[in-house]
Amino acid sequence: MQVYLPIAEISVNAFTLLGVGGGVGMLSGMFGVGGGFLITPLLFFIGVPPPVAVATGVNQVVASSISGVLAHLKRKTVDLQMGTVLLIGGLIGSVIGIWFFNLMSRLGQIDLIVQLSYVVFLGVIGGLMLQESLRALMRARNPSAPRRKLHKHTWVHALPFKMKFRVSGLYISVFPPLLVGMGVGILAAIMGVGGGFIMVPAMIYLLGMPTKVVIGTSLFQITFVAAFTTMMHAVTNQSVDVMLAVFLIIGGVVGAQIGTRIGLKMKAEQLRILLALLVLAVAGKIAFDLLWPPSEIYSITVLGRF
Amino acid sequence: MRVLLILWLCLVAMPLRAEEVIAGLSQNRVSLTVNFEGSEILIYGAVRREAPLPEDSALHVIVTVEGPPQATVVWRKARRAGIWVNADRQDIRAAPSFYAVATTGPLRDILSADADLTHRISTRLAIFEARGLEDPSERATFTEALIRIREGQGLYQQHDGGIDLERETLFSTRLTLPKTIVEGRYTARILLVRDGQVIDEVETFINVQKAVLERWLTNLAYDQPFLYGALALFLAVFFGWGASALFRLLQN
Repeated sequence: MQVYLPIAEISVNAFTLLGVGGGVGMLSGMFGVGGGFLITPLLFFIGVPPPVAVATGVNQVVASSISGVLAHLKRKTVDLQMGTVLLIGGLIGSVIGIWFFNLMSRLGQIDLIVQLSYVVFLGVIGGLMLQESLRALMRARNPSAPRRKLHKHTWVHALPFKMKFRVSGLYISVFPPLLVGMGVGILAAIMGVGGGFIMVPAMIYLLGMPTKVVIGTSLFQITFVAAFTTMMHAVTNQSVDVMLAVFLIIGGVVGAQIGTRIGLKMKAEQLRILLALLVLAVAGKIAFDLLWPPSEIYSITVLGRF
Repeated sequence: MRVLLILWLCLVAMPLRAEEVIAGLSQNRVSLTVNFEGSEILIYGAVRREAPLPEDSALHVIVTVEGPPQATVVWRKARRAGIWVNADRQDIRAAPSFYAVATTGPLRDILSADADLTHRISTRLAIFEARGLEDPSERATFTEALIRIREGQGLYQQHDGGIDLERETLFSTRLTLPKTIVEGRYTARILLVRDGQVIDEVETFINVQKAVLERWLTNLAYDQPFLYGALALFLAVFFGWGASALFRLLQN
């Protein structure tokens, strides 16, 4: 069954869309990742114009994180103070990202920028994940290996404008969380991702937050930044495709439920290696498209469309 | 029936010409619904003749269908620092979003170059380049690339010999509108050609519209972007939260 996407102005098979949403939802249920970083490039592969894929991907992030943040709020595992600082940074970052996105659109280079950011980020994340899971696998076999120290005193703790974050039990400058939030906001606007894959490690290693509030707080920030970014894309370049979003979201929520159940039964380490390889494969495919001489060096953009 | 009557009245009222064309379409409305997969249009007609058939020349028919024009940019990629990026551009002031030409014979043979220019029949002449690259032959390569890409997508079509003409009187052809066509008013022209010259021409229209829901969404997105953004967020929250609530309910 074909579906006509009114904003992207293309017809796509409905089951492909449900499959993309469902598959990524399953992975996110299994690994606890948001999945925005997989949905957007998969949308490129099925022919959705990158601006529409990014804006709609960020809309989908709202759907996939909303129920998580509600659950964490109920369990009181959200540091609202820290969340607010991260959110302020995120909103600033989102505005910068949108500005840059629209500038690049006008210059005709947005597709390239989006693809390049994906190659870089997916390559780095996939590489790190692979390294981390291989190390974990080794540690499981050889338990006497040295473990990494979690909390270190670094330059981060010497910055001015310190603020007390009660729930996290931190007394640190507001600049590091603002900057982390801002970076994530920029990524949300340009790549259509939630940014949890950057924010969670930054919160643990850079800010030194206790792990029990990290997920809830990052989801809190992501939900609001993604909602704001969706609105910005809708208002400034009309690239959110509601029809596309609904199919992705329906596939995604069903997939996530299945994924959570599978994740409980499977061995985490091997699966994490698989996810890392999948992420690297997606990065490789996009990189290949940029590096390999294209079969058609001309392309057409219609002004006012994507 | 009434349409035919009006057509006939028009024909009677018009000054007499040796040969005139009367044409019809199988449909003059195309709806881009959720499951639109392209559409086939039958264009048919007859030649009305007051005088006996001339014997020294052959009659030819040309049908063109043209979609709404769009301002377009054609990009050419070049390798910069190892990656392929859009490097050169040529603006096109107006290029039809869809253009099909069907004829009873090879276009070059049946139509003189002058007549082609005046009536803008071949695809190349339906595209208006803007000023841009200095070198006109460079400009032409961009326009040719535009035509080549759109031909590959089925958006530009040329069917030499695609019209059946019977006893120099009845003709018909089928054109496929691919699933990627855009909204707007499409113009269908039917031309009679003798000795390389156009001797009669009629024009008719096909309205291509998004179906109700798609049209409403597009209009909302462009006219009320805040409202549209709010709708997108509402749907995301509704489905995201609703679905997990539903699954919790099912589990208990």
